[in-house]
Amino acid sequence: MPWIPRGLRHGIVTSRYPRRPDGYGPGFFGHVEVVTVRGDGPEAPVRGDGPEAPAVAAAECPTGAITIDGDVVRLDRGRCILCGRCVALAPSTFRADPGFETAGHGRRALVVPATPDDDAALAEARMRLAHRVRGLRRSVHVRHVDAGSDGAEEWEVAALTNPVYDVQRLGVFFTASPKHADVLLVTGIGTAGMDVPLRQTYDLMPDPKVVVAAGVDATSGGMVHEGYAARGGVAGLVPVDVYVPGSPPSPFGILHGILAAVGILGSLRHVGAEDAAGANHAAGANDAAGAT
Amino acid sequence: MSDATRMLWSPAHVKGADAEEAGGVASFPLTRQLVADGARFCGIFEGSRGGGSGGGGSGGGGGMSLLAVVSSGGTLLVEEARLDGGRAPRYESLTPTIPAAGWYERRLRDLFGVEPIGHPRPDPLVFPVPAGRAAPRGVGGDPTAPMTPDLTPLPTHVHGEGVFTLPYGPVRSGVFEAVEALIETSGEDVAHLRTRIFYKHRGIEARFCGLGVTDGVLLAERVEGVASVAHAIAFSQAIEQVGDVTVPLEAQLVRVVHAELERVANHLDTMVRHTEAAGQAVAYAVLSHHKERVQRLRARLCGSRFGRGVVVPGGVTRPLRLRPTEVLATLASLEREIDEDVCRLMDTPSFVDRLRKTGVLAHGDARRFAVVGPVGRASGVPEDVRTSRPYGAYQRLGQRIFEAHDEGDALARQRVRIAEIAGAFHLVRQAVDLLDELGEPRSWRADVPAVGGRSIGWAEAPQGELLYVVEAAEGRLLQVSQRSASFHNLAAYPAAFPKDVFTDVAFIEASFGLSIAGAAG
Repeated sequence: MPWIPRGLRHGIVTSRYPRRPDGYGPGFFGHVEVVTVRGDGPEAPVRGDGPEAPAVAAAECPTGAITIDGDVVRLDRGRCILCGRCVALAPSTFRADPGFETAGHGRRALVVPATPDDDAALAEARMRLAHRVRGLRRSVHVRHVDAGSDGAEEWEVAALTNPVYDVQRLGVFFTASPKHADVLLVTGIGTAGMDVPLRQTYDLMPDPKVVVAAGVDATSGGMVHEGYAARGGVAGLVPVDVYVPGSPPSPFGILHGILAAVGILGSLRHVGAEDAAGANHAAGANDAAGAT
Repeated sequence: MSDATRMLWSPAHVKGADAEEAGGVASFPLTRQLVADGARFCGIFEGSRGGGSGGGGSGGGGGMSLLAVVSSGGTLLVEEARLDGGRAPRYESLTPTIPAAGWYERRLRDLFGVEPIGHPRPDPLVFPVPAGRAAPRGVGGDPTAPMTPDLTPLPTHVHGEGVFTLPYGPVRSGVFEAVEALIETSGEDVAHLRTRIFYKHRGIEARFCGLGVTDGVLLAERVEGVASVAHAIAFSQAIEQVGDVTVPLEAQLVRVVHAELERVANHLDTMVRHTEAAGQAVAYAVLSHHKERVQRLRARLCGSRFGRGVVVPGGVTRPLRLRPTEVLATLASLEREIDEDVCRLMDTPSFVDRLRKTGVLAHGDARRFAVVGPVGRASGVPEDVRTSRPYGAYQRLGQRIFEAHDEGDALARQRVRIAEIAGAFHLVRQAVDLLDELGEPRSWRADVPAVGGRSIGWAEAPQGELLYVVEAAEGRLLQVSQRSASFHNLAAYPAAFPKDVFTDVAFIEASFGLSIAGAAG
């Protein structure tokens, strides 16, 4: 049996996320943060971009993800393709941050910074979803449907079954039949051709069911957005509960989205919460160093 | 850029048979002659609309032109034919003499309403336009108006007692891209197989029109996500040719590093899919772990697991983020372990038996469809544009010559990819060494002037030869057509099922290693 020792050679490579934070998070550009230092922040004069820089960044954003309302600059992560242009043009307003826990309940949850109204609505949306999925807990079957992706999302979804992410350890399984599925994981911009197959898949799933839109393409249509064959995201085709930003979203980002959608993130975190809090702090410090 | 590319659009090489000259119907006499003489057919694409200057978004009056591209002796030759400006532009189909043109002509018919006279099977391909609607990008069409594709089934090919059609997809039994296979069968054998790719058609090429070149490259990266770097390179090289820009050597080397690691990841992906289909659980775990390590190395080098945001017209946005010693150390352990595990896999009879004589694409078929990339190289069509039309730093790096294969089965395709992984590591090492020798760079990115013109950029993507036909004016894109190797090779895919059964489909599909996103556009 030559394969058995070969399989053991690397030891345990599997992440312990979400019970423990994973060290990979700080490794790459995960999301753009809007730094809310206006006027008196120490960063502004040092970075040297003028007061008009956020407006320039908003105009140059390839997907129109940045809006400026008076003094408040907002970024819609559901449109952001992580090109980093705003970070280069207006570094005192936008910051490239590592970290993958960016999935949100509802479309508004991806717009940062949130307003107090959004926070309240978000909490309510999360409660309603938690109530709906309370029976799922430790065995979640996921049906993936590609509704017009660029192909990269499929790689990242498929990566969840490799030994590093190994989602089966969390009771998450990919299933061929929509009739076994609890979660519909949709990638892609929502093409005209996938409209009917996607809806048929959704209709065949038993209740309770949850829809996760993975990636900015599924969330907003991304760079393609709209056109004769595009529908600007999948929200018009199926009712989306959780959105995962990223172009493409990382495997951890997708995993976070699935766990958040079925409400098992909180219960897993509860186990060993003290360790996790400590390690989170350390990871946070690494983030800061890694971003510079 | 080589002299070959500069000459590309010169009058000596752009020859056309205008509609008027050919008695009302445009043709491509030169292309037919060149292909008959042994040139490789590369595609037919939409050219300018209106009076040569492009412009005219939707449904403009003047006739459009078509460009036929062939590759001959290390040069791309382009023949342009201007169609008449009527409501139903027509030309004489190339497919009866050049089978590889079949899918291109069907695509042009779907998207632009251009009628190929004499096409043996002008069925819808990339977007079945519903009856009564104009083609979205053609005369009277509106590329922004939402349209619902016509889902009427296509006629079947095989007739006889007990023969039926098994539709498989577009929602597949696993994490795959959406595509439908129509398998005509009497039970177990695959008598005929057709793929329908329109489910995924995004109309992405129409979105290029009007973008600036720096936004254009971001869109190009998303045409075929698993080959983002190759697309960014081919697109950028087309723009650089238009603007006569010389890319700094440092930037060319960084491009090679990202492009070759992309090749390693893609080739590993096909092997992961093979082991999954064969039920080799340990091999699946080991190889998918290697692929994840390659993706993580790519993220450490540039911040993106798919190498996005690095290649831009004029150069690259950032240097490699790891020190050369770190890159070389990581490469050394990756290469050694991948090699060991892949050798072990090729010594596993229960795996190899699934690939041997499975999905044979005969040399004759490969020639007929002018197949490119690893699929072609396993069927005795050896062209690799990194050596036949070398671009960027490939002109100065040493490249390995690979053992020739012409068996044409899934095993040969696997062997070609194993050799190419070693070749890719060899190129990355040379590029990293050379970057180290160059020391502090002068610049990573040359200025790209906002000039206009037409050009073709190319790259050897992991799937094979990739082409970008680009027309720009004052720094804005007027028309962009991308020709992914996936589109070109998928036309030959049905020919690879001569004696195969249902359970072989997963292996044949994986061994072609094609991206549906790139094929559907």
